[in-house]
Amino acid sequence: MSEHHHKETFVTKYIFSLDHKMISKQFLVTGMIMGVIGVLMSLLFRLQIAWPEQSFSIIEAFLPERFQSETGVMKPDIYLALVTIHGTIMVFFVLTAGLSGTFSNLLIPLQIGARDMASGFMNCLSFWLFFISSVIMVVSLFVQAGPASAGWTIYPPLSALPQAIPGSGTGMTLWLVSMAIFIAQSLIGSLNYIVTILNLRTKGMTMTRLPLTMWALFITAIIGVVSFPVLFSAALLLIFDRSFGTSFYLSDIFIGGEVLNYQGGSPVLFEHLFWFLGHPEVYIVLLPALGLTSEIISTNSRKPIFGYRAMIGSIMAIAFLSTIVWGHHMFISGMNPFLGSVFTFTTLLIAIPSAVKAFNYITTLWKGNLQFNPAMLFSIGLVSTFITGGLTGIVLGDSALDINVHDTYFVVAHFHLVMGVSAIYGMYAGIYHWFPKMYGRMMNKTLGYVHFWITAIAAYGVFFPMHFIGLAGLPRRYYTNTNFPLFDDLANVNQVMTIFALIGGVAQIVFLVNFFMSIYKGKVASQNPWRSNTLEWTTPVEHVHGNWPGEIPEVFRWPYDYSKVDENGEYIFGEDYIMQTVPLKAGEEES
Amino acid sequence: MLALFYFFVAVAFAIGVWQVNKLLTYRVIFNEIKDGKKTITLENDNNPIATEKDNNLQGKLFLIFLIGFYLLMGYCLIFLQDIMLPDSASIEGEDYDNLYRITFWLIGVVQFITQALLYFFAYKYRGVKGTKATFFADSHKLELIWTTIPTVVLAVLILYGLSIWNDVTDLEGDDAILVEVYAKQFAWEARYAGRDNELGRGNVRNIEGANSMGIDLTDAKSSDDIPVRELHLPVGKKVVFKFRSQDVLHSAYMPHFRAQMNCVPGMVTEFGFTPKFTTEEMRQQKDVIRKVASVNKVRQANGDDAYEFDYLLLCNKICGPSHYNMQMKIVVESEKDYLIWLNQQKTAKELFKL
Repeated sequence: MSEHHHKETFVTKYIFSLDHKMISKQFLVTGMIMGVIGVLMSLLFRLQIAWPEQSFSIIEAFLPERFQSETGVMKPDIYLALVTIHGTIMVFFVLTAGLSGTFSNLLIPLQIGARDMASGFMNCLSFWLFFISSVIMVVSLFVQAGPASAGWTIYPPLSALPQAIPGSGTGMTLWLVSMAIFIAQSLIGSLNYIVTILNLRTKGMTMTRLPLTMWALFITAIIGVVSFPVLFSAALLLIFDRSFGTSFYLSDIFIGGEVLNYQGGSPVLFEHLFWFLGHPEVYIVLLPALGLTSEIISTNSRKPIFGYRAMIGSIMAIAFLSTIVWGHHMFISGMNPFLGSVFTFTTLLIAIPSAVKAFNYITTLWKGNLQFNPAMLFSIGLVSTFITGGLTGIVLGDSALDINVHDTYFVVAHFHLVMGVSAIYGMYAGIYHWFPKMYGRMMNKTLGYVHFWITAIAAYGVFFPMHFIGLAGLPRRYYTNTNFPLFDDLANVNQVMTIFALIGGVAQIVFLVNFFMSIYKGKVASQNPWRSNTLEWTTPVEHVHGNWPGEIPEVFRWPYDYSKVDENGEYIFGEDYIMQTVPLKAGEEES
Repeated sequence: MLALFYFFVAVAFAIGVWQVNKLLTYRVIFNEIKDGKKTITLENDNNPIATEKDNNLQGKLFLIFLIGFYLLMGYCLIFLQDIMLPDSASIEGEDYDNLYRITFWLIGVVQFITQALLYFFAYKYRGVKGTKATFFADSHKLELIWTTIPTVVLAVLILYGLSIWNDVTDLEGDDAILVEVYAKQFAWEARYAGRDNELGRGNVRNIEGANSMGIDLTDAKSSDDIPVRELHLPVGKKVVFKFRSQDVLHSAYMPHFRAQMNCVPGMVTEFGFTPKFTTEEMRQQKDVIRKVASVNKVRQANGDDAYEFDYLLLCNKICGPSHYNMQMKIVVESEKDYLIWLNQQKTAKELFKL
């Protein structure tokens, strides 16, 4: 290859880059922009639900006039639109692409010892499809009748009929187009991750020497490949119903004074197809977060992760079970009750590997030498919210108990804690931990501490009381609760929750300031700032193509040899960590 | 309340500004790296990696956070009792409440213990220079314990839950009262099966004029059906509901009876229960008096009319802009009163002059 081929132009380096490290940064920044939009939306609708009749200058400023009543209060269908787009953006654009896209791209080649992803082109394509789908989703906010507003689950017929809600017109069309492209990017990305992990591991990097992060990202990619295509077909059939007059989901509908020409379809079919992705999606979001935390907790505890093989086993068990539990979202959908029994059984089984994971994390802390870097704080926060949110899953997964809490705020509290807050914590932990690898500089520690503590207080302040208003029977997705005197005494709780939400929202500014300032002004990172064992810390601080300037290092041990001592109780290599590239000492047993 | 919020915003911003300011105080350092190239970096004394002092402070903060979290949990569990739903008003719901209590005790205990362990370990093992972490990578015994115990506990919960689920969803039996509940944007209607206790066919294609539920008037079973706008149920008798929807998905949610079922266009779904208390009796229940007092305290402060308890049917599946106001009153009364009321209602035959 001649010399000038190596020279990178601005376009090939920063825009259509094939380098996995650059692509991961592109994913992260796009995900963060989407995150800001998603969080802002939640603050707007929290204001509405807490003070329903009041107008707020912030709402008047952010919402176009046609989305407001004369008194400056948001309209009911716009409330639903905000709820819908908040859910879509947070689940797919932030926690799927932003989290898994960022860290799969950054860490897979670095931690397994590969020069780059198996296909740099597919990787680049994956990001740009993600970018296009993000743009379409954002554009949909500005269409005349408002964006999609049938809930992030877009159940037809509501999502299929513009007569039923204005957002089901152009807004919904754009939503479907955006999601179709999103699914394509996710599949392309996932296939690339799987192929890379299976084929490009460096010498000595057996599957049982992979860091748990790799295992989590690997299994996540597999679940994605298995389940995302089903959502694609669900969306495709919905497009057919909406645009070409087919009746896959629609039947016997009378709306706007006339009978529509649909017969024989069933919305329950859509629910099955949707949740066949929708439930595994929870784990697509959560497993990467758990994977990142495993690494961070072990490193900062200066201890091996407890039960490495059990952790791999539980990741696999969770992944397998996650594909056969989707019916627990549909206990009261009109589905055969016997089918409900089966789904109750499989759903509650998933609590077992989850419990194993939680206990293993706690045991990892036990007798550790905990280094409270910001990443570690967020990781401990994740374990806490994962337990709190996970336990209420035992209520919701039980078909009998689900009857009365289904679609109430109890559900909202449950999934926000177990997959929302937990996954966001995992993402923050990952950013604080791998920021030096991404940008070659360190993030500010004190701002990190401030960010964590305000966020932790706000998260429980919002979502813990939320369980109780759900148990009081308050349905979710109500524009206002003032039409039911029954719920009048919940208004105070709702206001307190909103205040905590606003505090939590403001705390994220601290993070954004820290993030962008540190890119330019952060302290220059050393090669292995956290004294970690994994391969990514053997690469130079300044990014080079192919990751390692010379040979790719060989791996001789698992990634968790922290505080390993010999018979005399002395560290084997004099330090409390032994990198994977260090060969076994004579007489040393492999852990 | 808002003042408190603005206060916190101010504090957060103050901290932010202070820290940004700190970031800006970096010294400019010229480094010389290999090949004689020069780089410029900014440095100050702020060590970006946790020091022993940090570990100490953060560990203690975790302990304080644990105490705060316990207080929050305790507050919610004790003081938010007033806003909870009262004990079940249906006989089937008694088992529900029982399972609910067992499950909540269980997850409550697990929650209190595991959170305590997590935060206490964070405090106890906060890093100190010179200490060695214990290399403890595996223990089959421990793994076995925390695989087996959840398995056994969950097996019990699953079996008990499934037996209740089977009872609740079992709607066989001849003497149940048959009622159709009909959902549309954004109102509920209902239809009693009448003397033959069989509902005539219904389809949206029959909707015309006053026949808003699309009852098939050519079906002989339809003529004695009784379309109504308010639900009355006799106490102590099993009621089986058949749900239909004319436009989008709705969900018929009757929280006091622990009952909920989606209404699906193009399909008939069903659910059933036996009301345990009349509306009047329910108003005398301790839980209900407490809840009503809690509501009225708020209403009084807002200058609203006093609230009196009534059973409700709410929509609990997002169904359009006015989803938040789709409700129907349910009256539970003695069988005698129920029959009197029912006889006053017009049958389809009378209504549509068949």
